[in-house]
Amino acid sequence: MTPQRKAVALISGGLDSMLAARLILDQNIHIEGINFYTGFCVEGHTHAIRNKDRSKPKRNNALWVAEQLGIRLHIVEVIDEYKDIVINPKHGYGANLNPCLDCKGFMVRKAVEWMRENDFDFIITGEVIGQRPKSQRRDTMPVVARESGADELLLRPLCAKLLPLTHAEKEGWVDREKLMGFNGRNRKPQMALAAQYGFKDYAQPAGGCCFLTDENYARRLADLWAGRGQRDYELDDIMLLKVGRHLRPRPHFKLIVGRDEGENNFLRGYTTRFTHFYAKSHLGPLVLLDGEADKRDVRLAAEITARFGKGRNADKVVISVHEQNGEERDLTVTPLTPECMPQEWYL
Amino acid sequence: MTHRLDARNLICPMPVIRTQDKIKTLATGDRLEVTCTDPGALNDIPTWCRINGHRIVQTRSKNHEIVITIEVGALGQ
Ligand code: SF4
Repeated sequence: MTPQRKAVALISGGLDSMLAARLILDQNIHIEGINFYTGFCVEGHTHAIRNKDRSKPKRNNALWVAEQLGIRLHIVEVIDEYKDIVINPKHGYGANLNPCLDCKGFMVRKAVEWMRENDFDFIITGEVIGQRPKSQRRDTMPVVARESGADELLLRPLCAKLLPLTHAEKEGWVDREKLMGFNGRNRKPQMALAAQYGFKDYAQPAGGCCFLTDENYARRLADLWAGRGQRDYELDDIMLLKVGRHLRPRPHFKLIVGRDEGENNFLRGYTTRFTHFYAKSHLGPLVLLDGEADKRDVRLAAEITARFGKGRNADKVVISVHEQNGEERDLTVTPLTPECMPQEWYL
Repeated sequence: MTHRLDARNLICPMPVIRTQDKIKTLATGDRLEVTCTDPGALNDIPTWCRINGHRIVQTRSKNHEIVITIEVGALGQ
């Protein structure tokens, strides 16, 4: 008896990778999913930090897809390795700070490593020719296959008929005739196939699978690099970019202001790392200070903290200041007026 | 044998990843008690366990902390 062949499927949580895996499951191939956590992934839970989002159902889409397909899913944390992709992408960025082509190559390369370690036979992805302007074009498809080192071991079931034969097809493990020839940005064929399989409730494609495609997020990341004078980040930094109001009143420091109780709670988890402020005399947000601040800067930060609290129209507000070195003191300040807070401060 | 994992102050999917990596080091039948603070873990850890063949023994919440007890399944860690 010939052994059952095994494929590792890159599962993003979106519809395309779900369909790609399903098509190959139909061909009696054992499939396990792999999902990479870069720190920038769009996850329901981080959205749910805010009070107003709490009522929405929370789920991790990659896990949901795996459960629908009845396959195992391995989530691999690649936060450190991924930094080089974001900071120095060989092929540059897409519309924002999304290094999609390098990112695809990186993920497929990691999948090749996983495949070899776990004795699997080939890799599948949900890529479709022409779906994305930069990373999923006819001429970039071979770039991903080549630079990842996957070459012919990479099969894209949704557009395989438009691409050269791969190893799994040549060996007869997979019947090419049962694969698809999807092309372009029209998503109707995918939706029709989803209906055929009875898939409902799948994640709707947004701008991309990660925050790097988001204009506001990318602006905050660019500001972080400019503010620190170097293009680098830690996981805490990129998490904090998703949360709160961000203001840069001076080039050498910025403030992160909680917008509701949910965000204040989240920011509380970071208070040991940052100088922080909150009003004692009134209700108000927790504010973190990221950067260097002298006495005048600390006073300014306290005045801004007062501005965002219930005491915004009061003459005096008492602000509790906790320095990073553990020192605590109270500052009585007058809240900064909106006219003194130029729009350019807001990131 | 019961093992413990502190996944407090981690945001999903990190508690799932830490659980997965810890379970790789355990034997079938062992128990793992994961403590976390992200309520997303209440969904994600059980889903991850279901698809990977592990069993949720108990879920408790106390003062913003969630403790999930898992029994390691035989599917291969
Ligand atoms: S959107 Fe983000 S995760 Fe998706 S390919 Fe582009 S850079 Fe990678």
